[in-house]
Amino acid sequence: MKNRRIMLAHGAGGKISHELLHELFLPFFDNDILRPLDDSAIISTGPSKLAFTTDSYVVKPLSFPGGDIGRLAICGTVNDLAMVGARPLGLSASFILEEGLAIEEIEKVLSSMREAARQATVRVVTGDTKVVEHGAAEGLYINTAGIGLIPQGVDVRGSKAMPGDLVIVNGPIGDHEIAVLVARGEFSLRGTIESDCAPLNGLVEAMLEACRDIHVLRDPTRGGLAAVLWEIANDSGVQVVLEEESVPIREEVRRVCDLLGFDPYYLANEGKLVAFVPQEKAEKLLKTMKAHPMGREAGIIGQVRAENPGKVLLRTMIGGHRLLEPLSGEQFPRIC
Amino acid sequence: MCLAIPGKIVSIKENYLAEADFGGVRREVSLMLCPEVKVGDYVLVHVSFAIQQIGEEEALETLKLFEEIEEHHLETVEKAE
Amino acid sequence: MKQLKKPNEEKIASVLLKKISKLTDGPLRFMEVCGTHTISIFRSGIRSLLPKGIELISGPGCPVCVTPVGEIDQAIAILRLDDVILATFGDLMRVPGSSSSFHQEKAMGSDIRVILSPLDAVEIAQRESDRPVIFFAVGFETTSPAIAAAVKESSRKGLANFYLLSSQKLIPPAMKALLSAGKVKINGFILPGHVSVIIGKAPYEFIARDFNLPGVITGFEALDILEGIYMLLHRHKEGKAEIDIQYRRAVKEAGNQRAMEIMEEVFEPVDARWRGLGIIPASGLALRESFARMDASTAFDIPYEDKADPPGCLCGEILQGFNVPPDCPLFGTKCTPENPVGPCMVSTEGSCAAYYKYGGAQ
Repeated sequence: MKNRRIMLAHGAGGKISHELLHELFLPFFDNDILRPLDDSAIISTGPSKLAFTTDSYVVKPLSFPGGDIGRLAICGTVNDLAMVGARPLGLSASFILEEGLAIEEIEKVLSSMREAARQATVRVVTGDTKVVEHGAAEGLYINTAGIGLIPQGVDVRGSKAMPGDLVIVNGPIGDHEIAVLVARGEFSLRGTIESDCAPLNGLVEAMLEACRDIHVLRDPTRGGLAAVLWEIANDSGVQVVLEEESVPIREEVRRVCDLLGFDPYYLANEGKLVAFVPQEKAEKLLKTMKAHPMGREAGIIGQVRAENPGKVLLRTMIGGHRLLEPLSGEQFPRIC
Repeated sequence: MCLAIPGKIVSIKENYLAEADFGGVRREVSLMLCPEVKVGDYVLVHVSFAIQQIGEEEALETLKLFEEIEEHHLETVEKAE
Repeated sequence: MKQLKKPNEEKIASVLLKKISKLTDGPLRFMEVCGTHTISIFRSGIRSLLPKGIELISGPGCPVCVTPVGEIDQAIAILRLDDVILATFGDLMRVPGSSSSFHQEKAMGSDIRVILSPLDAVEIAQRESDRPVIFFAVGFETTSPAIAAAVKESSRKGLANFYLLSSQKLIPPAMKALLSAGKVKINGFILPGHVSVIIGKAPYEFIARDFNLPGVITGFEALDILEGIYMLLHRHKEGKAEIDIQYRRAVKEAGNQRAMEIMEEVFEPVDARWRGLGIIPASGLALRESFARMDASTAFDIPYEDKADPPGCLCGEILQGFNVPPDCPLFGTKCTPENPVGPCMVSTEGSCAAYYKYGGAQ
């Protein structure tokens, strides 16, 4: 690793994050269960398969249109379990509280968490609190873990994409990151966009019932759509071809991207998933998704091919093509 | 070298400052380089400065462009074929 | 960056491409001067659609790419002084200096603020009135009037803690130097649309008049660029060297007079070093005497030191269109977007970064 100090880029979900994970952390912990690096670890215990995941939440500001750190924590963890097809059994929630934080602030966060847990039909079954000195933790950090049960016959993993599969997304991309950015007020933008933060386990359950043979599920959080498609293309040894005109993006998100020079394919989402399914199952799956509140705007955005494995190709509006590679680090606004 | 996008002036304050609307997103911009711009006008904005006033039609960039190009080129190609 | 595909965008593109194909009768090279054009061209996939005979090469219009190493070093040296705040555009965060970058300095605790507008820098200076605020200003003629306006605003507000480190450059002198050197072989220029919003058409006339080459002032949508290429081919076929405006909806022939006045009030042209191109006369902008108090270059007693380009780095040749990124021995090996050696790889619009990210598909 060239960088010998942690940079914000290490948290952005791009290539430098990938490098941190693979070159610093994994060598210390390498084992069969960890190695696939799916959204949750899959642990076999006799006839059953358990899913196990963990996450930390450090978002600033604590609250933004469409959610807050608490809602993010519940939904993010539940979604990681859902992405391997698991039904959540229980979550843990660990809080690091900054000295001086107002009780009202914590109450708001806990209330959000209760509501999100209710929506996701999951319970917080264990937890912890710690207090740190004023100046650390920027108010509040939350760490979670989640355990889930993978139903019999369900096998959803990042390495299972196959040539001929179609790629489906459940709605417009980029909402979350833009909502937080606007809420931060750094660039003095004013807008109405809300985070899409929401639990996806209900949608995934409906999807699996309609189509047991879903190959891959992934939620494009930090690093965006480009990052997850690239990971899947590499884990599965296939090429993913994306149709630019099919990828749904809200007008306001486009405008903010225009203003800042951002590329929406790299923006984080917290209520979106991509699904890779065999071609012949796609139509039925799409219908099921559209009937569900979390899938109303679902659509096919691409397909999988065998040639040029490990690459993500974007077919552009004018019928040309370009490669979509993950970013190195975070996106900076640009003027050029 | 330059990202510039069209916006509509929705209000003007003191000192050449104005509120611009970019398809639902709003930001304060400066009219120092285009002082004659009025509320309701469309402008091209770079680094939060209006650099040129453009017509409403021109602001709907792609639409106008497509229409023009369609006019100019589509016919001539079809005639040649 | 548009996304709304109108029903016939692809159809119109194919019409333009057909016309371009018809006019392409041999190998031709056009230079897109502006870095934003380089990005648009790659993002829209135009390269994958152009007929084989047309080669597009990237020119020096990438303000980040041509910022010399010494200027980054100088800014970092000033930044390391007590209490200094550096305000700059996001484009500059990853540009490598001799041993560090703004990005890395920030990781070490320096106070660097990414701004969208030059007026943001003035606002920071007003809020943090007891700390020096240095605005590291980079850009071409599109941006300089806004920077000038911010300087005037800071002066009007009497902000004694506001400073400017100017790395601004001018396009026509660089093009003149490029053409006068006589080494570049091109058949025409795709001229920068937004620079031209400010300066109009006249400053480019010398290209047609003295060098007998056509130039088309072009917008940034895919269809703009295709139409611009078509117009260049048309002039080439006619054998006429003219400067034309494709970006009709935004560019007036006379440019923006008021913007140019403000720019001239605050800045004067000076000789400037362009990375890889050397020193080009009257191609940079410096504060005039009446605003000299704000010049960070003199106020902090940290002078600019000329630094050599990294060994093996072909950025200079690439910026002038002599080589393409894969020609560089460092491309993709020692020099990648994660670990860039030269600014051509750092800047999202730099030839090498664009080639690295998008070029593989072609």
